[in-house]
Amino acid sequence: MDSFDLLWGGLSAAVTPENLMYAAIGVLLGTFVGVLPGIGPAMAVALLLPVTYGLEATSSFIMFAGIYYGGMYGGSTTSILLNTPGESASVMTALEGNRMAKRGRAAQALATAAVGSFIAGTIGTLLVAFFAPALASVAVDIGAPSYFAIMVLALVMTATVIGASVVRGLVALFVGLTIGLVGLDLNTGQPRLSFGVAQLNDRLDIVVVAVGIFALGEALWVAAHLRRTPLRVIPVGRPWMGRRDLRRSVGPWLRGTAYGFPFGAIPAGGAEIPTFLSYVTEKRLARGKGGEPFGEGAIEGVAGPEAANNASAAGMFVPMLALGIPVTATASVMLAALQGYGITPGPQLMTEQSDLVWTLLASLLIGNLLLLVLNLPLAPMWAKLLRIPRPQLYAGILFFACLGAYATNLDPFDVGLLLAFGLLGLAMRRFGLPVLPLILGVILGPLMETKLREALTISDGDASALVSEPLAVVVYVVIALALLARLLRRRPAAPTHPEETDRRDEELVNR
Amino acid sequence: MSTLVPDAHEAAPSGPAAPRRDLAQLGLAAVLAVVGGLTVYDATTLGTGFADPVGPRVFPYVIGTGLVVLAVLLAVATLRGDVPEAEGGEDVDLTSPADWLTVVKLVAVLLFTIATVDLLGWAISGAVLFAGAAWSLGSRTLLRDVLVGAVLAVASWYAFYVGLGIPLAPGILDGIL
Repeated sequence: MDSFDLLWGGLSAAVTPENLMYAAIGVLLGTFVGVLPGIGPAMAVALLLPVTYGLEATSSFIMFAGIYYGGMYGGSTTSILLNTPGESASVMTALEGNRMAKRGRAAQALATAAVGSFIAGTIGTLLVAFFAPALASVAVDIGAPSYFAIMVLALVMTATVIGASVVRGLVALFVGLTIGLVGLDLNTGQPRLSFGVAQLNDRLDIVVVAVGIFALGEALWVAAHLRRTPLRVIPVGRPWMGRRDLRRSVGPWLRGTAYGFPFGAIPAGGAEIPTFLSYVTEKRLARGKGGEPFGEGAIEGVAGPEAANNASAAGMFVPMLALGIPVTATASVMLAALQGYGITPGPQLMTEQSDLVWTLLASLLIGNLLLLVLNLPLAPMWAKLLRIPRPQLYAGILFFACLGAYATNLDPFDVGLLLAFGLLGLAMRRFGLPVLPLILGVILGPLMETKLREALTISDGDASALVSEPLAVVVYVVIALALLARLLRRRPAAPTHPEETDRRDEELVNR
Repeated sequence: MSTLVPDAHEAAPSGPAAPRRDLAQLGLAAVLAVVGGLTVYDATTLGTGFADPVGPRVFPYVIGTGLVVLAVLLAVATLRGDVPEAEGGEDVDLTSPADWLTVVKLVAVLLFTIATVDLLGWAISGAVLFAGAAWSLGSRTLLRDVLVGAVLAVASWYAFYVGLGIPLAPGILDGIL
């Protein structure tokens, strides 16, 4: 296998003491930030971006890989030990995981989550190494019209097909597209929406936008609704599991991986749908087989969704590396980081920057292994982080958000922008606007405009050029079908959790 | 589509306390309409390019018009009783009313940081930021917060200066740090 030779080359490049150190720092920092309540993986990556400013591209991406998987793992720890998951992808893990923890099986829940994440992440990364080059070699021949169509697909899917309200999804998308307009027009060099402010002539820094909306927006929203009564954190020892737990977990791990990877690679809202599918499948399969039933802390219900979550986290790298198109908020931030190094994302990335890509994939594997090795013994320490008093915790988030924004250009104006986007993030949480369409709009808007103008300049303004490629036509048909399906079924399957009411009761008991 | 009759029917079991309309959403719709209008207006001031059939105006026109249309749709939905689902989270308690005073305090602390970071330097402004934010959020251990903030700010200044080669503003501590 050609891919695996290259991956092996990447592995040998990544396994230097220096790079291993960056991977370890990344894993520890990522887990640290991910465990903190209220911080998901996308926010962890955005907040920790400034840490990599002084590093060269390869080292910083190795660190990123660690931060990303660490952030994911940290999120699952939070949802098992506290019952209130911070992000939609952890909802399913929390259902059974928290009940296991309440029955004194927190150690086993954390262990199956950690091993499941490792297995799913490893298989997922190998699949990325296999699919991304194949997709990229096809994608170099794709013209601007098809690229444009694929980006329309990504935006339509995230804004309308996922999520409860079509209008709110579209509002978020269009606000994101407007933010993407700010700055110099690439063809004519005229500033748009800059209002004579010199700092707005450059495009807005995606890091400032992402940290503002994720970190500051969340901190302000929590400030407005801070829970005054402390949550009960379940104490935990070192994670371990017995032979029986292991036997019950293997099937869910593999099935969860199979669900998660394909959903991660398409713009379908990340891990929300596959974790749900995995949960439902395991619930059905576990019926009538001994062990705790679902609803009373079944280990299958933690193993499956956790694997699905991590496999979809790996799947995200396929469109990101092969097409240069992000499908999750985390991928958007990582692509922005790539651009910061002067690297243009797109299908040529696999050939032009092949060293970087293969080292990145190899470091994902290494980061995954380090995660397992470091986090099993460190779990009790991470659990203690959940007890940080909330005023100091959120003050710390504000502090690091401002530090990151300030360090990008050493200009207080950026902190002002951060505040503006923080207030926008607050308003979005207040009005139930989804964050993902906005971030994708900011990233994909300018790209779409470039591709559209490229396509129409070649055709000399003839709009029929947009459907001149078979792939573009196919993609538009898919968009039409997705919209039709959305109209026929008023609500999507994922957000209607059958256990929803059950979980609410549980929360009421907790307070 | 729902008419007024099923709406009234739905309202009955949810109790008299629950407001049926979220009028603040009208404010959001107004802001969206203004931003959309501004985007379109800004685009009219642009010159068209050379050998560029699409030009720099088309995208802003489409996006601005889209925002205005969405603002109208959102306003109509609001008046018909559409209520947003506010986002939950680990530390979020949606059962109590929003505490906007805390948010205003935090914004004031951030504005102070923006105004003073070049003058006082990151080491001092950052420490004030941490202590001020913790105090706004209800912490009453001021001395400890100031100490923690000072340690964080000075440590991050050195980490960026020594570790990453990025000189954050030293401000009045120039020469001491």
